[in-house]
Amino acid sequence: MHPAYSVIFFTTASGAGYGMLALMAILGTAGVLPADRWFGFVGLALALGLITAGLLSSTFHLGRPERAWRAVSQWRSSWLAREGVLAILTYIPAGLFGIGWVFLEQTSGFWGVMGVLAAIGAFLTIVCTSMIYRSLKPIHQWHNDWTIAGYVALGFASGAVALSFVAHLFDVAGPVVKALPVVLVPVAWAVKAGYWAFIDRTGSLSTPNTATGLRGGAVRSVDWPHTQENYLQKEMGFQVARKHATKLRTVAHALTFAVPLAFAVLTLLVPNPLAGIAAFVALASMAGGLLAERWLFFAEAKHTVTLFYGAEAA
Amino acid sequence: MTTLPTTSTTKLGLVIDLDTCVGCQACVTNCKEWNTGGHSAPLTDLNPYGDKVDGVWFNRVHTFEYGLGDKARTVNFPKSCLHCENAACVTVCPTGASYKRASDGIVLVDHDKCIGCKLCSWACPYGAREFDEDEGVMKKCTLCVDRIYNENLDEVDRQPACVITCPSKARHFGDLGDPDSDVSKLVAERGGYDLMPEQGYKPTNKYLPPRPRKLTGAAIGAQESLQPVKTNGKGFLGWVDKVLTR
Repeated sequence: MHPAYSVIFFTTASGAGYGMLALMAILGTAGVLPADRWFGFVGLALALGLITAGLLSSTFHLGRPERAWRAVSQWRSSWLAREGVLAILTYIPAGLFGIGWVFLEQTSGFWGVMGVLAAIGAFLTIVCTSMIYRSLKPIHQWHNDWTIAGYVALGFASGAVALSFVAHLFDVAGPVVKALPVVLVPVAWAVKAGYWAFIDRTGSLSTPNTATGLRGGAVRSVDWPHTQENYLQKEMGFQVARKHATKLRTVAHALTFAVPLAFAVLTLLVPNPLAGIAAFVALASMAGGLLAERWLFFAEAKHTVTLFYGAEAA
Repeated sequence: MTTLPTTSTTKLGLVIDLDTCVGCQACVTNCKEWNTGGHSAPLTDLNPYGDKVDGVWFNRVHTFEYGLGDKARTVNFPKSCLHCENAACVTVCPTGASYKRASDGIVLVDHDKCIGCKLCSWACPYGAREFDEDEGVMKKCTLCVDRIYNENLDEVDRQPACVITCPSKARHFGDLGDPDSDVSKLVAERGGYDLMPEQGYKPTNKYLPPRPRKLTGAAIGAQESLQPVKTNGKGFLGWVDKVLTR
């Protein structure tokens, strides 16, 4: 599948934003994070800023961005519409929770209820994003539960890394905030490793034979219907060379998981401001790693339509 | 509504005969001709006279080969929208632009509602939908909805453009929901099948397999392989042979 940069940015940024929002809402409501005005403002602004920038970016790949508002109408059947609805709804409790935290320095009672609702909304929005891909049967590399686990785990891991950085910035990073990335990054690492093992081990049920229904030997494509690449090949026939995929996976392993984990551990061991610098390195590394990981998520996905164009498996 | 109709007894669709298709591209041409002025007009062409030609087509003819030796076959393979019963291209649509008609099962796009997110084309295992870069919306085969009910045309012409133009009668149009229709009988008689049944889309269009060969080459006295003609090195042909083998 063609890796569109707007969608890569959208899924990584909004994933991290929702992860961070959910964690801030839960920890704020639970009283683990101090209801400090400026910490709340910067933290929630970063989370909501990532979400909003991601959502806006997702409209850039549309052929008709001015009609994007229509995309919430079909929530009964479409995961993309459900994602849109939940994304919009989540702004309401998240905004109220932010008002309580920033203006009133309160995160309990009514404001706490809003926090819990915002966390639930954030979680469900990430699930909806993943379901857009999970629901596509023609793409074996997406049509499996690892897709959901990957989006949720990476959203929360990157959210925890971002939260840790902001908390260090305001010198309010307690042991829970410092420990969260140390727990969540390995979980995401395991999920992603599991996903890669799964797609390496398995393939689509569809073959050139089932695609054409021709029986009696391997089906070979001898002539395409056109002389130049068409929409289907540009959009769905994107191929990443195996050696590049291997290299990028190594990059993703290192930058998304290994480096952030090491520096997250460091935040537990050294005092501020060194711990803050470590938290920043973890965040910067993860941002780069996630782009590689998400690029691969698209580039390694094979669509059954390629079977009509000479692919031997999908 | 992007939820699929639960009761659509009429299933209009195509039956494509892989035995008789000669790959002449007439259906492709007439499809483009009709549809670039019809319901989905225009079928945009980008850079049509340049080196990177691109454009929207609803019907494309591939050519495949399978088997080896005596069993080898070349098959011309037309592919257009299969108007599936479980059309995921419809259910994934966030705007309601994609829909499947309850009355006849045709899958259409309302180009005024489409936001061009392309998700429907990802959801189609067959590659039936093509994006119009110029208009920013998705386009697809309409089963010539603007022909088959068109009372301005003579009744004999109320068929999809691809069917009516096919010189080898490889394309048939009718109601596959009616077991007594000509197309349903043809499917039953010839063992018509679904493409990628494992994807679970339940396509309406059916393909008729190439008929098995009745005779092998050996049975009619053909040689297993041809030998080069030997010349005796004399005369005009001998001279030509000498010149050419120099």
